[in-house]
Order: sequence, then C-alpha cells, then structure tokens
Amino acid sequence: MRLSAVIPIFCLVGIGVILAMYLWQLGSGQKSVGEIPSVLIGRPAPIFNLPPLTNEGTRFSTESLKNRVSLVNIWASWCPPCRAEHPSLMTLAKRGVEIFGINYKDRKESALKFLRDLGNPYRAIGVDTLGQTAIDWGIYGYPETFVVDRKGHIRYRHVGPLSTDDISNTIIPLLKKLEK
Amino acid sequence: MTRCIFFLIALICLTREPVALEPNEILKTPALEERARNISKNLRCLVCQNQSIDDSDAGLARDLRLLVRKRIIAGDSDEHVISHIVSRYGDFVLLRPPFNKWTLTLWLSPLILLFIGTLGLVFYFRRKVSLDISPPLSDPEKRILERIKEEKTL
Repeated sequence: MRLSAVIPIFCLVGIGVILAMYLWQLGSGQKSVGEIPSVLIGRPAPIFNLPPLTNEGTRFSTESLKNRVSLVNIWASWCPPCRAEHPSLMTLAKRGVEIFGINYKDRKESALKFLRDLGNPYRAIGVDTLGQTAIDWGIYGYPETFVVDRKGHIRYRHVGPLSTDDISNTIIPLLKKLEK
Repeated sequence: MTRCIFFLIALICLTREPVALEPNEILKTPALEERARNISKNLRCLVCQNQSIDDSDAGLARDLRLLVRKRIIAGDSDEHVISHIVSRYGDFVLLRPPFNKWTLTLWLSPLILLFIGTLGLVFYFRRKVSLDISPPLSDPEKRILERIKEEKTL
C-alpha cells in the first residue's frame, strides 16, 4: 500500500480517537453534559450546624448523620421542582428511609405551609437562611439530594427532582447496599 | 451626524465592562477588593456555567462573591480562597481548567489536531507537485516536437 493512501486513513483515525476520548471523559461519572460531578463523593459530609425550622424541632448538624444511612435533601417552598419531587420523598419516608432536610433561603411561614400542605417526610430540618451551608455541600441547583452512609461519608448526589424511576433504580438499591 | 456617532463610540469605549457586583458587596480597602475581583473573575457561576461569578446575577454567584470576600478578610491567601471553593465545587468552578489527567484530551487535542492537519496538508501538496512533474520526452516525441518547431519557423 502506498504511503499517500495510508495518510488520510491515519488522519481520520486520529480525529476519531480524539472524539472517542471526549465521549469517554463525558461519561466519567456524569449523567449529562450539563451536570457537574460532585467532588464530595466518598468524602465526609461538610461540618455544619443548622437551627431547626420550628422551636420543637432538633438542630440538624454533621453529628445527626453519624451511625445511620440517610438522605439529605435541599429544598425550598419557592422551588417548583421541590414541590414536584415531594411525593417521592413522602413515599421514601413511609418506607422508613431517614431523610434530613436543609431548608434553603426560605421564609419560615412559607416552609411550614409547604409541609402542612404536602406532608413532612423529614426527620429533622435545618434552616440555611444565608445559603452558606449549601455552598459547603457544593450545591448549585434545587432540589439536590445526597445519600450519606453510616460513617457520615457522602456516597451519592442527585441534582434536580427525584423521579419515581430515580428512587427505584438508584436510591433504593444504594440504600439497601449501604445498610448491609 | 458623524460627530454624534464618534461621540457614541467614545462613550461606549469609556464604559467599563458590565459586572453584576452590587455596591454593598464592595470591600472598603481597594487592595482587598482588587484581589476579590481578580479571584471572582476566574470562578465560574455554576448556575449559568459560562459566566464568571463577577458577571452573573444568580443568587449563588452573589453568595460565592461574598464568600470570597469573607475569606480574604479572614486573612486567606488568594490560593487558599480558590482551593476553599474548589474543594466544594471541583475543578469545574475554575473558568480556566487545570492541566491534569482528566483534562489531558482537552488541552492536547488542539495540538494533535494541528499535527494531523499539517500532515494532511503536506501530503496533499506533495501529491499535487508530483502529478505536475511529467516524465521526460521520449526520442520519437522529441522528433515530433522538433518538426513542429521547424514548421512554425517556416
């Protein structure tokens, strides 16, 4: 075969390899191009201590996450996707999953009304008025849900509302695995 | 009319690049504010993703701008402030991605593509040149050429 015939093939293969690399790197831990992978996966949950939503409630802090497998859900009454995913959280809570809430930049009355209308799936709710704790969790969209293991390490992060598919295909299997 | 247009162009040139920064966020010490601006210029707003936190009106961008200033006042160096935010949001928060194994393709592919392109061009032109060079004339051809020339001069 002549060299001049090999060169175009070599060029095309080279470009193909680079495109394949792009696709491969996109696939590394990311579900879509727009989703940013969390750097906190496998790391201990950030140190925080948030006041409760109601006077009767308990504070939600890093300590609350120790010795139990739990979900941490960041929500606000002003966030429509949070409203959309709420029935999923209620279902999980009924199945005995421990869910902690971080109420993000919300008004107390609105948050309480949201829970009165749709039900309260949370074991405890911490109030993050300034959004500083949310930054420590690396949050950029609402709602976001984290799965935390017994040691208090973050194992999974979901951006956006949890669908029933997300729950049955990802969340429940992961919780089962971690509870073993 | 021309004057008016010149005046407008001058006015556009004089305006500063737009920033979303609000007056009450600005630090009192100009040197510290300068540092804050330099840091936030290179941090990505995670909500809009193609703007820096300096340019973005998003709530999160504002919170990050305030966090940058809080860390600066607390005495952190620029590197510490940046690593504080990178440890929460990852390298993606940097508008200029660092060179590591995950960004290898990103940084090297332009060079590889340039190399492939150059190679392609070199071979393309080489082949063109080689097609232009025709084999030398054979003896019968030379005789025909001579005859034509003679006929012309006659």
